[in-house]
Amino acid sequence: MIILSIILIITGVFFFFTATFGLLRFPDFYSRLQATGKGDTLGSLLMLAGLALYNLSSGISLASILVSVKLLLIAVFIFIANPTATHALTRAGQDAGVEPWTKEEKSK
Amino acid sequence: MNYIVTFLILFANWLIWSGMFDSFHVSLGVISCGVVTLMSHDLFFENGKFQFSYITEFIRFALYIPWLIYQIILSNIHVAYLVLHPKMPIEPSIITFETTLKKEMSIVAFANSITLTPGTITMDVHDGKYFVIHCISRKVADDLLSGEMERKIARIFGEN
Amino acid sequence: MVNFFLIISLVLGVFVFFSLYRAVYGPTVLDRIVSVGVIGTKTTVILALMGFIYGRIDMFVDICLAYALLNFITTLAAAKFFRVRKSIVPGSKYFKDKGTDQ
Repeated sequence: MIILSIILIITGVFFFFTATFGLLRFPDFYSRLQATGKGDTLGSLLMLAGLALYNLSSGISLASILVSVKLLLIAVFIFIANPTATHALTRAGQDAGVEPWTKEEKSK
Repeated sequence: MNYIVTFLILFANWLIWSGMFDSFHVSLGVISCGVVTLMSHDLFFENGKFQFSYITEFIRFALYIPWLIYQIILSNIHVAYLVLHPKMPIEPSIITFETTLKKEMSIVAFANSITLTPGTITMDVHDGKYFVIHCISRKVADDLLSGEMERKIARIFGEN
Repeated sequence: MVNFFLIISLVLGVFVFFSLYRAVYGPTVLDRIVSVGVIGTKTTVILALMGFIYGRIDMFVDICLAYALLNFITTLAAAKFFRVRKSIVPGSKYFKDKGTDQ
């Protein structure tokens, strides 16, 4: 069980890494949101699930089950909230008139 | 009826987050959940009315989540490939398409699913019908327009 | 195991530092908001890891939830606020360069 949680946590760190790298590397606002909206959601989901599993492995009692359920509820909340925040930001960008980057402009 | 359901949902959340089951804390929970229920009993449900079909919708939505998680893992691998590729083969474009979904809940679920699946994010929804979508490459746009996800969502919320 | 959590949270701290680059040099205000949201999500996970390092996860999990809620509300409020200020973004047709207006 501990090994499974370690695998989950390391995968989560990898997706956080891609989210950060995409944030630094992509050319415009919308593509950056592509990277962060996905990478952060899955990264935090995997890491919190891994932590909840690790918490159960030290001994199952009412208190530890409660803590694991709370960690999973935080993960579910992030899972709902992160796409919503991404959507709100893209809409703000569209209304403020941020121009999307396209390949044709670059080759011109 | 929707008073009772709202109260039960709030009280279950109270029990999980407080974590103390002695009579003092539970009675505090009953009082505060009761006050919140009186103030906002019509916020949870569409049109402010509880219907029994929501329970089956909820169960079907829970069954849809594993497929969604599989799609999210695919999309993350896609983004990781794009980010780590030295030439960064992206080709962003914006497309608009019209959906046949009608209920508010199914449009919300559809928009969030689009954001989480490979290479697409929802930018805007006009008039509850026209989705404006930012695609990172031409191929993912064609995948989305095939309409598999829309059919799945329609089946969950009983629209056809 | 505590060392493992310590290393993971250090790595996440390094990611937060790199995200800070976008928050400082981001070309538009909206890029900065995205960066703040990313840092907030990472901080939520770091707080959970901290709880395991100190052995007080039952306390830290509540702080973690409060941070996640605040992060979401911050992003939404900032997006709502900057939606109506059209002249802040370079590249939009409403944007005026300093010195050239009037």
